[in-house]
Amino acid sequence: MPSTAEKRATHDYAALAKDFRVQIIKMLTEAGSGHPGGSLSAIDFLTVLYYGGYLKHDPKNPQAPDRDRFIMSKGHCVPALYTVLANLGFMPKEELMTLRKFGSRLQGHPDKRRLPFLEANTGSLGQGLSIAVGLALGAKLDKASWQVVCMTGDGEIQEGQIWEAAMSAPKFALDNLTWVVDFNQVQQEGKTKQQMDLEPLKAKIEAFNWNVQEIDGHDYAAIDGALKKAASVSGKPKAIILRSIKGKGVSWMELQTAWHGKSPKKDEAEKAIAEILGGK
Amino acid sequence: MASATSGATRDAFGEKLAEMGATEPRLVVIDGDLGGSTRTTGFMKKFPERHFELGIAEQNVVGVAAGLAMAGKIPVATSFACFIAGRLEVIRVAVAYNQTNVKIVGTHAGIGIGDDGPSQMALEDVAALRALPGMTVLQPADLAETRQAVEWMVKHHGGVYMRLTRQNTDQVHGDGYRWQFGKIDLLWKPAKAPAKFQATVFASGATCGNAIAAAKDLESRGFAVQVFNVHTLKPFDVEGAAKAAAASTRVVTVEDHNENGGLGSAVAEAIAERGVGVPLVRLAVRDFAESGTTEELYDKYGLSAKHIAEACLRNVD
Ligand SMILES: Cc1ncc(C[n+]2csc(CCOP(=O)(O)OP(=O)(O)O)c2C)c(N)n1
Ligand SMILES: [Mg+2]
Repeated sequence: MPSTAEKRATHDYAALAKDFRVQIIKMLTEAGSGHPGGSLSAIDFLTVLYYGGYLKHDPKNPQAPDRDRFIMSKGHCVPALYTVLANLGFMPKEELMTLRKFGSRLQGHPDKRRLPFLEANTGSLGQGLSIAVGLALGAKLDKASWQVVCMTGDGEIQEGQIWEAAMSAPKFALDNLTWVVDFNQVQQEGKTKQQMDLEPLKAKIEAFNWNVQEIDGHDYAAIDGALKKAASVSGKPKAIILRSIKGKGVSWMELQTAWHGKSPKKDEAEKAIAEILGGK
Repeated sequence: MASATSGATRDAFGEKLAEMGATEPRLVVIDGDLGGSTRTTGFMKKFPERHFELGIAEQNVVGVAAGLAMAGKIPVATSFACFIAGRLEVIRVAVAYNQTNVKIVGTHAGIGIGDDGPSQMALEDVAALRALPGMTVLQPADLAETRQAVEWMVKHHGGVYMRLTRQNTDQVHGDGYRWQFGKIDLLWKPAKAPAKFQATVFASGATCGNAIAAAKDLESRGFAVQVFNVHTLKPFDVEGAAKAAAASTRVVTVEDHNENGGLGSAVAEAIAERGVGVPLVRLAVRDFAESGTTEELYDKYGLSAKHIAEACLRNVD
């Protein structure tokens, strides 16, 4: 697997993420349903995570025992993950256009029975962090060096199971585990603050004995820095709260509850793509 | 190791698990503050580094077990049956849908637990777990059977739910018993086989002893009854059950579980699917029960030998 520094130097995150946003819009439009908001808020982080060399992976050997594991706990945002993985060569890029279609390997939520390079089937919110804790425990038992990264939503962490998992990771000093909260401020039916306020989130997770960083989820340098810093923390699990914007990159989708779970129509997609490529 | 001759199925589970830990390094145990009751303490003492106490957090117990399985371990997650099977949605996704090699062991099955009362009595777990694709559901009847079923479970690759008792059960198997996965197990038949049995009784777990007692009583009164133990509730031995049912004038099922979705339902499905036109009487629990001794409760809720014998003779229509 290519070394971390080598990879990082060669990538322009902004250009990559712009391209990925366009692909997300296109695939969701073609699918006719799906979740653009949380996919667009997560894509900047995923771009840095995978292209910055922070997640050891090999498209030619996706089951390599020493690979790092990424769990997309907010499974409805898997279009963002599919996009990154297709561009990395885990599957043909054209396949993105089969999302949610009958017979496709790209199910509406992750299904590793069809795409074995996915780490876990998710879609029932609140479950991914426990699985990530189990994986990290397994790695510790084997004295293996691979890392586990788990992304949840903000609404998702209203689930009680998340806090059971959060309580358990520090007990086992799982410093091979990073929990990323995509705090994009919106869930399915409204603003997170209104549905069930999570604040003060950083203090809450810190109180559970995690190392917590809070950053702008769309600032590539900040994401880079947070991942670098997380890698240096030992003895504790690490959390990164991404202060992000649901629908980021398409002004009329941003922070709009309506764009949680509907796909753009053709003309809307054209407008969205023009704005993304216009590059504000 | 000298094998105990009396005890609860949970006891044999705990002993076997601790024994297998020595030869199976991938075996790990996850508990939710009930390891003393589920009998994992022996494993914990021998292999502390492979025992994870997660506190009273059963959803996380199941999810962490799934993650450990993904990391190549063979996790056994235990709690009372009602609490762990009660986290059905997590089992559905993290174990069944993810096809993880997780073993879920629920002890304290049914009204047989006695004194603790209805909140602690799992009566719907078999119905729920049977509905999950790929999930194996086992309920051994006694110590010898539990030891063999545990060994199979650990060696088998795939999700398993095992249902065990708090209370001692009758030892219904003799020396040399060989447990066979997925096959109904003939526990009793009269010395002289009739042209047609008065009844075929299917029991599972704690009710097997009463079923044999009922058959013996009936034999002394001139009625020929055969008794089968259904230790594998899923996949269900449809052929075996249908064949046994066809050899009798009626079928009786007896289980310490709700009437819907458990052994009685599985037998009903089997005989209907194979076109065996034999009346069926299902002895099962139909309500939340109450505190008492196992005997008192089995008597009140219709699972005693007396009830089984009566069900074999009662007019069905
Ligand atoms: C257990 C569970 N309950 C409800 C849902 C339905 N659901 C899907 S997405 C969603 C909102 C998620 O909000 P958030 O976690 O903030 O994700 P994001 O904003 O990133 O889309 C809901 C309620 C679900 N998938 N799982
Ligand atoms: Mg959100």
